[in-house]
Amino acid sequence: MRTERMRAWLGAALLALAGCAAGSALAAEAAGAAEEAPKAGSGWQHWRADTDVTNIASVQRGARNFTSYCLGCHSLKYERWSRLGTDLAIPDSLLQKELLPPGDKPTQYILTSMPAADAEAWFGKAPPDLSLMARARGRDYLYQFLKTFYLDPTRQTGANNLRLPATSMPAVLSELEGVKRAVFKDVTRSVGGQLMHEQEFDHFEQVAPGRLSAAEYDGFVRDTVNFLDYVGEPTQAARRSLGLWVVLFLLVFTWLAWLMKREYWKDVH
Amino acid sequence: MAVKSASGAPATLPGGEPRAARNGFWGWINNRLPVDEFIREQLTGYFAPKNFNIWYFFGSIALVVLVLQLVTGIFLTMFYKVGEASSFDSVEYIMREVNYGWLIRYLHSTGASAFFIVVYLHMFRAFLYGSYRKPRELLWLFGMAVYLALMAEAFMGYVLPWGNMSFWGAQVIVNLFGTIPGIGPGLVEWIRGDYGIADATLNRFFSLHVAALPLGLLLLVALHLVALRRSGSNNPDGIEIKEKLGPDGTPLDGIPFHPYYTVKDVFGIGLFLVILAIIVFFVPTLGGLFLEAPNFEPANPLSTPEHIAPVWYFTPFYAILRAVPDQRMGALLMLLAVVSFLFMPWLDRSPVKSMRYRGWLSRTALALFAVSFVALGYLGLQPADGVYVVLARIFTVIYFAYFWLMPIYTKLDPVKPVPERVVYRAH
Amino acid sequence: MADHAVVADREVDLSRRKFLTQATIATGAVGAAVAAVPFIESWMPSERARAQGAPTELDISKLEAGQMTTTVWRRSPIYVVRRSPDMVKRIAGHDADLKDPNSLKSEQPPYAKNELRSRSPEFLVLVGTCTHLGCLPKQRFGAGELYPSWPGGFFCPCHGSRFDLAGRVFDGSPASINLRVPPYSYPNPHTLLVGADEKGAA
Repeated sequence: MRTERMRAWLGAALLALAGCAAGSALAAEAAGAAEEAPKAGSGWQHWRADTDVTNIASVQRGARNFTSYCLGCHSLKYERWSRLGTDLAIPDSLLQKELLPPGDKPTQYILTSMPAADAEAWFGKAPPDLSLMARARGRDYLYQFLKTFYLDPTRQTGANNLRLPATSMPAVLSELEGVKRAVFKDVTRSVGGQLMHEQEFDHFEQVAPGRLSAAEYDGFVRDTVNFLDYVGEPTQAARRSLGLWVVLFLLVFTWLAWLMKREYWKDVH
Repeated sequence: MAVKSASGAPATLPGGEPRAARNGFWGWINNRLPVDEFIREQLTGYFAPKNFNIWYFFGSIALVVLVLQLVTGIFLTMFYKVGEASSFDSVEYIMREVNYGWLIRYLHSTGASAFFIVVYLHMFRAFLYGSYRKPRELLWLFGMAVYLALMAEAFMGYVLPWGNMSFWGAQVIVNLFGTIPGIGPGLVEWIRGDYGIADATLNRFFSLHVAALPLGLLLLVALHLVALRRSGSNNPDGIEIKEKLGPDGTPLDGIPFHPYYTVKDVFGIGLFLVILAIIVFFVPTLGGLFLEAPNFEPANPLSTPEHIAPVWYFTPFYAILRAVPDQRMGALLMLLAVVSFLFMPWLDRSPVKSMRYRGWLSRTALALFAVSFVALGYLGLQPADGVYVVLARIFTVIYFAYFWLMPIYTKLDPVKPVPERVVYRAH
Repeated sequence: MADHAVVADREVDLSRRKFLTQATIATGAVGAAVAAVPFIESWMPSERARAQGAPTELDISKLEAGQMTTTVWRRSPIYVVRRSPDMVKRIAGHDADLKDPNSLKSEQPPYAKNELRSRSPEFLVLVGTCTHLGCLPKQRFGAGELYPSWPGGFFCPCHGSRFDLAGRVFDGSPASINLRVPPYSYPNPHTLLVGADEKGAA
């Protein structure tokens, strides 16, 4: 009896451990990106997208944001328009009217009209396809990227970015966000025994207002990131809902198997 | 003249074997295929020690994972299109457009990592209880061969999606062969089939991963099981149960594998499937450990990922490789790290098999080894600088000390007396 | 024997044992059957196949009377014939020579279950696959082209099946049913849409 209880505790502990591992991995996935420890003094690396891909309304807005502001340069070559319609509960007529570029058929993949060769000539680098960007870099990365553009007259595009320094992408959302400047401060740090002077980001300064307020723009970015999260793995909602049933069934099966095992092992002394 | 049975048919078959006792369908089968005999010898008549504990689940679970990988792999091959220009796209096709393709893919990718978790725990059992010792040396060697084949299979499988980590991981590992003196550079070109990792490499890895290595694995697993049946299973007390037979000729401390261990293994497999399902359905990438983020970008020979690391199950050896400042010595040491396992049956000089009856020297050594294996695994995932390299070097020393000082510390180790009969508590 | 591992010195509750064994096996069998479903489903046409099988549009404004054009829908050839008034007249009058003149056993949407086997007399839309073993029948629209009483239609070169200008099969043909009519509709007068009708996309 004592050993049976001990084993029950051990089993429970193992399950709890597995649960913790799964839970922390879940949390890690929810967080979105594997990041380095942040430099002292800057908060933007801690910004979290905090998006919920089951929020269909948000993903729908993100789809509209994408077609309006991103599709000009970026494709989503693994996603079909019709799939978008089905997954986001957008009826065909609305899909045709609001999202589908004229001339495109719903079964087509979501491609940009910008020719890749021209794009490379204009920007130095063809704008990458974004189907998997949320899986490759993480939601937090995308969120930070879209929120840390700043004015930089020294660059050809006139803009720079904290998340991806020297990015080839212009600040295409400045119409909505407004234009902001990055203020750096001088910082002296000891690196390997030597005193180094560095420019460290301190804060942003709004230079010109955009059409959206700060809160509205933040919502805009979150919706867009949410949409890209969906496009990264359109089956994720189905995956989780099916998973619940599968795990429940397996727990029932394992419990029955445990009872069966215990019954047979009463023979053994 | 042949003796006739009650039904009038001769009692022996033309080959001389006795006619099956059963009539009807199974009698017909048994006269042509030794089904009943197999069940008797391998299941109901195979006596395994009654004191198996949790460490003894992992062999049968490994078999389940093998079947899982074979079935999901066969189905993936129906939709995957190998080729520089098509592999990456075809994986996304599977994930998005093949009905339940995402599930088959995640089962396969999670199964690969599960295989290694299970195999490492399975091997650790051998360390705990001396299961590699006489008369099980060949069993151990076949098991090691399975492990090596599994490493090759997993490595090649990882290249197939042709993501950026697939490419660069292949680049790094294949380049290691270049460190072999003399034949190195030529060998690397021969493996690659091109001047860099290319379509030729991808295609041959596909063939090896889908056809050659699975066949090899099946053969090695079969040999592993046959060797097990010959020697019989070890047990947590390290006692040979066949040395104490009852009046009916069966081991006193043994119980028939069927129904007792079939029933127990079904439970173990159920528990394993629960954990597998939680991962497959809720955290399939496991925060980048099981499916690495850089691999969601297509292979780009002109852009190296920030941190090239192999998948987690190779990282202990990768850490050892990077711990050594010289490339050639690092590769050699990494090879030795894997090969050292092979010598264990002969390095271990303890008079006692199981850790239960060994002294503090052996126990400490094993604990240190386990800690360093896990630590090296973690360090292999980190960038190779600063304190990480120092720690990797320390743990590499401990790792090798476990094996190569074993003849000494197992001899000096103060052992405890081994009981006559196995220790069993009802459960 | 009291020393042996397995001791039968207790009342083995056989019914409980049997029940638990059966319950576990039954649950496991259900699980295995359900687990097989994704694998079996994976063989059904993928989204790519379904997208490629989406309805086909065809501009019919340039098609002349008496002309036939071929398009593709769901990997089958689709014959589109613009029948002249004379051709329409030659559909009637030989019901006795047909195996299924009223298309009772043949496959067509409700709007094609008529003598002309089409929505309108002018255009005939057929799946260009012989209902015998699948060859592509050839057009023989001229009266008397095959033999003096031939009213015009299709002739399959593989095994000799004959169909009239509404795709109905003649007696003496190895094929037993009329050429199939796919779902189709006219989104506008110049356009034929094969694969979609009032019921939506097929």
